[in-house]
Amino acid sequence: MFELPSGAEIQGIIASVQGSVGFFIPEIYLSALFMLLIVVDLVAKGRKNNLLAITTLVGLAGSTFFIYQQHGLPAGEIFFGMYVLDEFALFFKYFFVLSAIVAVVVTMADEQFDREVKSMGEYYALIVAMVIGMIMMASSADLIMIFLSMELVSFTGYILAGYFKRNARSSEAALKYLVYGAVSSGLMLYGFSLIYGITAQTNIIKISLELAAHGSDSLVMILATLLVLAGFGYKIGAVPFHFWSPDVYEGSPTPVTAYLSVASKAAGFALLMRFFYVAIPHAALPPEDKLGIDWLSLLMILSVASMIYGNVVALWQKNVKRLLAYSSIAHAGYLLLGILVMDQFGTQATLFYLLSYFIMNFGAFYVVILISNKTGSENLDDYRGLGRKMPLAGAALTVFLISLVGLPPTVGFIGKLMIFSALLTKGSLYIWIALVGIMTSVISLYYYMLIPLNMYLRESKQPDEKSMNLGMAPRIILAFLMILTLYFGLFFTPLSDFAKYSSAMFGITLQ
Amino acid sequence: MLSLIVFLPIIAGLVILAVPSSQKQIIRIVSLLAALAQGVLAVLIWRGYDPSLPGITAGPGGSALGSFQFVEKLPWISLNLGGFGSLNIEYFLGVDGISVTMVILTALVSAIGVLSSWTIQKQVKGYFILYNLLASAMMGCFVALDFFLFYVFWEIMLLPMYFLIGIWGGPNREYAAIKFFLYTLFGSVFMLLVMIGLYFSVTDPATGLHTFSLVAMATQTNFNVAGAIFAPENHLWRQIAFIVLFVGFAIKVPMFPFHTWLPDAHVEAPTPISVILAGVLLKLGTYGMIRINFPLFPEIFRESMYVIGIFGAINIIYGALCALAQKDLKKMVAYSSISHMGYVLLGLSAGNSEGMVGALYQMFNHGTITAMLFLLVGVIYDRAHTRQIDKFGGLASYMPVYAAVVTIAWFASLGLPGLSGFISEALVFVGAFSSETTRPIAMVSVLGIVFGAAYLLWSLQRMFLGKRNDDAAYDLEVGQDGHEHIHFHDWKGKLDLDGRELAMLVPLVVITIFLGIYPMPVLGMLTSSINKLVQVLSPVVMSQM
Repeated sequence: MFELPSGAEIQGIIASVQGSVGFFIPEIYLSALFMLLIVVDLVAKGRKNNLLAITTLVGLAGSTFFIYQQHGLPAGEIFFGMYVLDEFALFFKYFFVLSAIVAVVVTMADEQFDREVKSMGEYYALIVAMVIGMIMMASSADLIMIFLSMELVSFTGYILAGYFKRNARSSEAALKYLVYGAVSSGLMLYGFSLIYGITAQTNIIKISLELAAHGSDSLVMILATLLVLAGFGYKIGAVPFHFWSPDVYEGSPTPVTAYLSVASKAAGFALLMRFFYVAIPHAALPPEDKLGIDWLSLLMILSVASMIYGNVVALWQKNVKRLLAYSSIAHAGYLLLGILVMDQFGTQATLFYLLSYFIMNFGAFYVVILISNKTGSENLDDYRGLGRKMPLAGAALTVFLISLVGLPPTVGFIGKLMIFSALLTKGSLYIWIALVGIMTSVISLYYYMLIPLNMYLRESKQPDEKSMNLGMAPRIILAFLMILTLYFGLFFTPLSDFAKYSSAMFGITLQ
Repeated sequence: MLSLIVFLPIIAGLVILAVPSSQKQIIRIVSLLAALAQGVLAVLIWRGYDPSLPGITAGPGGSALGSFQFVEKLPWISLNLGGFGSLNIEYFLGVDGISVTMVILTALVSAIGVLSSWTIQKQVKGYFILYNLLASAMMGCFVALDFFLFYVFWEIMLLPMYFLIGIWGGPNREYAAIKFFLYTLFGSVFMLLVMIGLYFSVTDPATGLHTFSLVAMATQTNFNVAGAIFAPENHLWRQIAFIVLFVGFAIKVPMFPFHTWLPDAHVEAPTPISVILAGVLLKLGTYGMIRINFPLFPEIFRESMYVIGIFGAINIIYGALCALAQKDLKKMVAYSSISHMGYVLLGLSAGNSEGMVGALYQMFNHGTITAMLFLLVGVIYDRAHTRQIDKFGGLASYMPVYAAVVTIAWFASLGLPGLSGFISEALVFVGAFSSETTRPIAMVSVLGIVFGAAYLLWSLQRMFLGKRNDDAAYDLEVGQDGHEHIHFHDWKGKLDLDGRELAMLVPLVVITIFLGIYPMPVLGMLTSSINKLVQVLSPVVMSQM
């Protein structure tokens, strides 16, 4: 059986763990915040106020301080190679914390919560738990860790999707999310076991060394890659692993939809990039020893299918949340384009696109919430004439949608510009796939413009012309997001430099 | 100076944003002031412009600014892209002879558009904000010398135009607005790919870095990046890029077979927007060809001269025939636009100085004349609430001043000697006939003049001459929305042009007549730039390089 480790070995392990803890402070802090929120909920039970939300906001904001402190630390592995710290991971730490902050802000604006649920206690704790999970997803360097962190994100996601317990659609969303999630993580785990079977390693860097040194049966390797891709594809919502997303996005509470569509998707992308870039050597990479497999072609198929399917099916949607769900499938396709390039510029473009998607998608969902507060509906038909009743919301939504199409002068345009530039630096190799991206973005204009079309070009059925007051705080936030979308569309250097800084990934040097 | 003329309308738009929406008159006046200030600046630019400097490409000694004037060049965005050096985008404005004429045209038409917008009653605030945004973007397109900047302005135009047609348009406005948006976006997104490809294929000799500068791109020796997609040896990709750009611009022109959005957009758009659309926006298509398409790919231009010429001829004849068949006056004018833009294409395809100068002059004249035509259509529509040609008859005796202006505009449009349209069309044909490639095309295109005369004279006759149409016209009532009901019998003397309408039309009439007699103010500005352009496009220069 197993040999018990000697005393010296145990000493060494303890020392190593102690050393690693210093690199793990943001995660520890967030876990403490998670528990604090549960305690606050117990203490402040029954009181209808924003105490919990504000605690969450302050707590999350505090975590950025600890993340900022990690900039000085050297990139490297901790906890015996289970976990890594690098610029790439730091980027996503900021990303997830910020998206959680925005999600909390958006939740506070959503009046549906007042109607549907009595207590918000677990909600904010779960948001924080999801942040922890996603941060770990972006930093995992070990198959076991990848699986665990993904499950943490998924479980919190299931609960959040079904948070409106008495609402049938919300429960349906949670169940669908769960069933699809269970199947895909099962498939992914099977893929992991195959990889472990081939290489006898769980650390992704060691796996890549093993594969490079000894090669592998390409059939098994392709099968394993496909299975793993099923798990990642489910998280990023790419075709053909997208089936859950329209229903889940439509049924979930809108802030959760926004959070899932931005943060959870980004976590999937972080994982996908790290896993494929580091673990599986690609056939095209030097040295050309024909050991790798052509996973780029797989991603290419996923990307093209997502762009076409997401954009085309969105044309027929009548519900705005559902429309945005299909749009998010399409955006997964655009993001995959940047990954395909597989160099530093491509990574930079992908990260930039994630940032731009963060701003514009949260903005769009925020307006959807504000409108549904006033009208109680998310149907396209009920948006008629709203442009005049809420001028700021209408203008802001138009800006966000234009940005989602990718027209200047918005940040979405710069995102697309960077992605396509990255593709074209490879000469004519990827031109055809850039063409698909371009064509589908023209298609997307039609369905995105359906919303302003209803808001401005059509008169509402009810003749009342009184304007709807949004309140001060939502107005400021909306204006801020709108200005951000436009500002970064004109002066995008800071965002882009940050994305470039973050494209450094431990274990691989991208050209 | 150029920044000011570009951003004045946007500033006015921001001012309007602060004005409460009930203060309609203040909003209108702010817009008018901005437009007038723009006009003053345009005049200053015109006076200060030195017509001897050609522009088009980098100047002697490879100076990056070239001989452009009123140049403003600031670094705008500089991105570090790691292995690919850096992405440099400049805020680079400047004018040469080609753009300065368009700047003047844009300022003129924008100001007239504001006056014409006075009758807009619905959501005045939103209207003028969008209008000013559109005016800024149009002006920006004509003075941008950085491809990226050009592209940004080019795309910014789409959204205001969509809303201006979509909110303030006619009954079928939703369809027309989205059709316009999709068509133009379809053209321009492919332009985006070419733009990126060009960036990676060109370096600026002054800095050695990749550049979006159109000035640097207009010199073929700057395509010196080995293995780049649009490097001179990559003939196929350069052909593709040329076609992509050409289609993108041709949609805007609009060239057959991409023209179908135009009649819809015009018919649905309110009068001022039709004026802007025909007066300025269509010119952006041909301007883009001259500024970007041709000088960047001169050898492909030479290969495809006759194809462009054939499309020009199709536009001329097809547009005229369609105009002949129209019952709606505005649709007829819209098709006449298509026909007249065909002359521009034909002149460009000739590839010689006469043809090109003619094309540019035709762009200017078409801007003023068609603006007049659409204004006149708007005048009659405001009164009768119909544009059906056969509903009218004998109008000349009811609205004599109106009839006189219409006659001048119609004759200018068909190219009567003594009016500006004649000179430009004549130059186009001189150019087209003197070029071997386009001579047969020019011969066929002459037919277009005949058809043009036919539809214009026929409509003039049906509407203004003869007797009142007893079946239809008597029943027309003014102000069907229930405000004022003046029966058609009583039109005489009451409903002729009012002061505001005269203020819009008289300057255009004066310009049309003046430039028909003495075209040198415009031609003088064009010649040296066009000569340089022809030189850039000619094979001799290529072989010397």
